[in-house]
Amino acid sequence: MENNKIRVALAGNPNVGKTTLFNAITGSRQHVGNWPGVTVEKKSGTKIYKGYEIEIIDLPGTYSLTAYSMDEIVARDFIIEEKPDIVIQIVDASNLERNLYLTTQLMELQTEMIIALNMCDLALERGDKLYLDKMEEILAAPVVKTVASRNIGIEELLDKVIEEKNNEQYHGHEIGYGDEIEGMILEIEKVLIADQELADRYPLRWISIRLLEGDMNVMEKISKSPASVAINDLLDSIDQEEYEADIADKRYETINAIFPQLCTRCNVKLSKSDMIDRVLTNKYLGIPIFLALMWGAFELTFAFATPFTGMIEIGFTWLANIVADSLQPAWLASLIGDGIIGGVGAVLTFVPNIFILFFLLSLLEGSGYLSRAAFIMDRLMYKIGMHGKSFIPMLMGFGCNVPAIMATRSIEDEKDRLITILVVPFVSCGARLPIYILFAGTFFGRQAGTVVFMMYVLGIAVAVASAKLLRATLVKGKPAPFIMEMPPYRVPTLKTSLIHMWDNGAMYIKKAGSIILLGVVIIWLLASFPWGIEYGSEASYVGMIGHIFEPVMEPLGFDWKITVSLIFGFVAKEIVVASMGVLFGVGDNPEALTQSLIADPAITALSSLSLMVFSLLYMPCVATLGVIKKETGSWKWTLFALIYGVTIAWIIAFIVYQGGKLLGY
Amino acid sequence: MSEITLDTLKPGDLAKITKVRVKGHTRRKLFDMGMVAGSEIELIRKAPLGDPIEFRIKGYNLSIRKDEARQIFVHII
Repeated sequence: MENNKIRVALAGNPNVGKTTLFNAITGSRQHVGNWPGVTVEKKSGTKIYKGYEIEIIDLPGTYSLTAYSMDEIVARDFIIEEKPDIVIQIVDASNLERNLYLTTQLMELQTEMIIALNMCDLALERGDKLYLDKMEEILAAPVVKTVASRNIGIEELLDKVIEEKNNEQYHGHEIGYGDEIEGMILEIEKVLIADQELADRYPLRWISIRLLEGDMNVMEKISKSPASVAINDLLDSIDQEEYEADIADKRYETINAIFPQLCTRCNVKLSKSDMIDRVLTNKYLGIPIFLALMWGAFELTFAFATPFTGMIEIGFTWLANIVADSLQPAWLASLIGDGIIGGVGAVLTFVPNIFILFFLLSLLEGSGYLSRAAFIMDRLMYKIGMHGKSFIPMLMGFGCNVPAIMATRSIEDEKDRLITILVVPFVSCGARLPIYILFAGTFFGRQAGTVVFMMYVLGIAVAVASAKLLRATLVKGKPAPFIMEMPPYRVPTLKTSLIHMWDNGAMYIKKAGSIILLGVVIIWLLASFPWGIEYGSEASYVGMIGHIFEPVMEPLGFDWKITVSLIFGFVAKEIVVASMGVLFGVGDNPEALTQSLIADPAITALSSLSLMVFSLLYMPCVATLGVIKKETGSWKWTLFALIYGVTIAWIIAFIVYQGGKLLGY
Repeated sequence: MSEITLDTLKPGDLAKITKVRVKGHTRRKLFDMGMVAGSEIELIRKAPLGDPIEFRIKGYNLSIRKDEARQIFVHII
């Protein structure tokens, strides 16, 4: 065994500066991925310090280590199954009571622990007194003061890690649960100890306590053990709900008893945060301020992203032209130019939006406002069968569905999250706007603005109706309860926001990128073959498909040309407009395209309205499908999103077109 | 002292939790967040649309929906 390697797990409540501390230790040497089998994000990094290679694993932020959420199971399984050398618990010095609840549970896992008392500056500033010596004595663990946002205490913390690693002796402290419960714990331990394998693997006291609390996940762990029958008999004899309450009571009782020895808190009646909240969550001002902030975020996103998106588009067009002019044979030039370069370009045009949206999201999260947004919107969302936390991702969908679906990661409940992922694609993203502008502008004259607005409203209405429908059918049940900490407002750290932005942007490029490229190449093949035809013309496979589907699309008012451009829109919805340019033989001359649309007898105001409706709803673009696959981890739901979208789009476009015809338009 | 439910408090009211009648998974979560019998709890504010409600408990702010608050019993102190 190598002795200069140390594995350290970071545990802690959400909003205590865990990510900031992780970034402060590891800097850029980090790796982001998923925990095996689940969509919970796993971050790890290494730090070379005083000749030691310290691997830091950032566990999900949790308030507790019961099996309430996937996050909690992941965190505790890592500690009991992987047995890291040391667990650092990051504790918010200004909020000791609740933070110590997790400490009591970590103690029961019998792991070497160090406490990083973070954000000491805030606690001391407001006049709290912290007694570190007493804390070390009572908790039987080293305590280090840190201010992660200013890199204070990091070296001391790492020194302690090395010291603890070389300190063979385990020291720990346990909570007593009173005679009755302790008696039961002993009895269960007696039964469990018969199973040697189990006893070697897990701390038996911890298993016993978890069983008394009715932890299904731990029940499963012991289900294969010969001891499980006797355990079940024992558990049947108690009132589990009572035990659950008593155990939690006891933990808090213990904390109450030791708390006054650890710190004296100066009781500020109205903190800065409370004053800010008096305005930001005010009965009358709360919602207008929220909407104004969101509007501002979008303005910022587009203001910053548009020039970059433009540059990427120009750059890739230029590159594609060079390839087309210089490469031989022509099919190879087309594959590389139209297919690969065009495809990579399509992937990359989303990147500026994604980076900026994630940067802003991280600022909102770091400041503490994200919890307020959920608080303000929960009532409305609950009525449509969703959770307050779903609102921000849906709103982000107006910019781009891709980051919106990635942002659903903040929703803990699997069902709430799945529904949000499935309805986000109906929120009209920026890429659909060029389609509306072309057709509404061409056929609706002065009403164009109203028509475009109606598209946005329709998107929201379909999203809401779909959420309700899904709740009643495939994803039954009520939204998860809203139990949310409202953390104090803080100034977000730039470093954390930049890292968050980079991680998510890079993840999009890496993971979604491959699926997008695949989609793009398929479309290219369909548009280029059979051999020798003009790219994307009537004679190509895509043209044939257009003809095959024409009878299905005809009731919506679409001929084969529109059908073909809709197929191209799968790559990215704004491509619908560009491919119409190709099919009408006018290239990217908008004036000429408008003229030929008006001249084409197959396209009327009504069929163009139907087309806008269909484009809004018909299917998530390939980038969105890529992230749906990634975030749900399921081809089944990805396929469902596709088929459901097309079906809904067809039905509503049918109603619009046939209804319009009946009304005489 | 009369028992009332948590949702009937008014902003600024300070109370002590006597019983948590919430069932299942949610019960566990509420315990973890400090909603145990004996805890002092203050209603801070209601959301602009009246629900959820924000409380101060164990030295931090926590918000929950009325649905859950209705099943938590307290007496005013």
